[in-house]
Amino acid sequence: MDRNKALVTSRERMGDTSEFSLSVRLFLKAYRWHRIEPIPWTPLRKPLADCRLALVSSAGFVGPGQAPFDESIRGGDCSFRGISSDADVTTLIETHRSESFDHTGLHQDPNLAFPIDRVRELVQSRRLGSLNHRHLSFMGSITAAGRLVRNTAPEAARWLAEDNIDLALLVPV
Amino acid sequence: MCNQAVSLVAAELERQGIPTVAIQLLREVAERVRPPRALFVPFRHGYPLGVPGDAKRQHAVIEAALRLFEDQTLEPPALVDFKPHGE
Repeated sequence: MDRNKALVTSRERMGDTSEFSLSVRLFLKAYRWHRIEPIPWTPLRKPLADCRLALVSSAGFVGPGQAPFDESIRGGDCSFRGISSDADVTTLIETHRSESFDHTGLHQDPNLAFPIDRVRELVQSRRLGSLNHRHLSFMGSITAAGRLVRNTAPEAARWLAEDNIDLALLVPV
Repeated sequence: MCNQAVSLVAAELERQGIPTVAIQLLREVAERVRPPRALFVPFRHGYPLGVPGDAKRQHAVIEAALRLFEDQTLEPPALVDFKPHGE
């Protein structure tokens, strides 16, 4: 235990599997990751200052009145929520139930994984053209990714394609 | 799992004609899943933009991501390390 504690401490700032419990590490070692093949690629077609951006976060945030993500769904809740671009980030509710990471930072500052205040500032400084009227929120602890790949990821992409966004920034936790 | 989830959504966005950058916290997962355009950040899980309340650090990460959109030399899978001090 002391050895594990020392290992975690020595790497506390790294996103490394050593931060996880032994059972989580064993699960991750055996897990068959979904390999993206072929890899789709769309180049940016115009200057960022002319572009409309949407955020996609997997931190499990929901807005006031929205249903929380459902931890009881076997294989993970692959649904998503739209978050209005004028949302007050301090009103977002984090419903990610994973015990594999420290939630303290997200509670202190939701911008850590849903940086709506930061991208607003980038529009003000004209680094970005504009923000989409909505952003998307998932809860990322999805072990059975088939339904995400077949259903909700294409649906989410259709939402944003219909909004004519120019780029998306995706933030996991 | 979060790293994989955003990568799979990014791939679908790219398929539907939307350029993406996916932040990634685990290099080994990014190398296996292969999101099209990814920024690997050296932060703990739960802290993808670094430090809560530190707008300057959060902006540094987002700016690094925006530069990936602008870099026309990248090819998929593009997995680029975030350099905290711009070195």
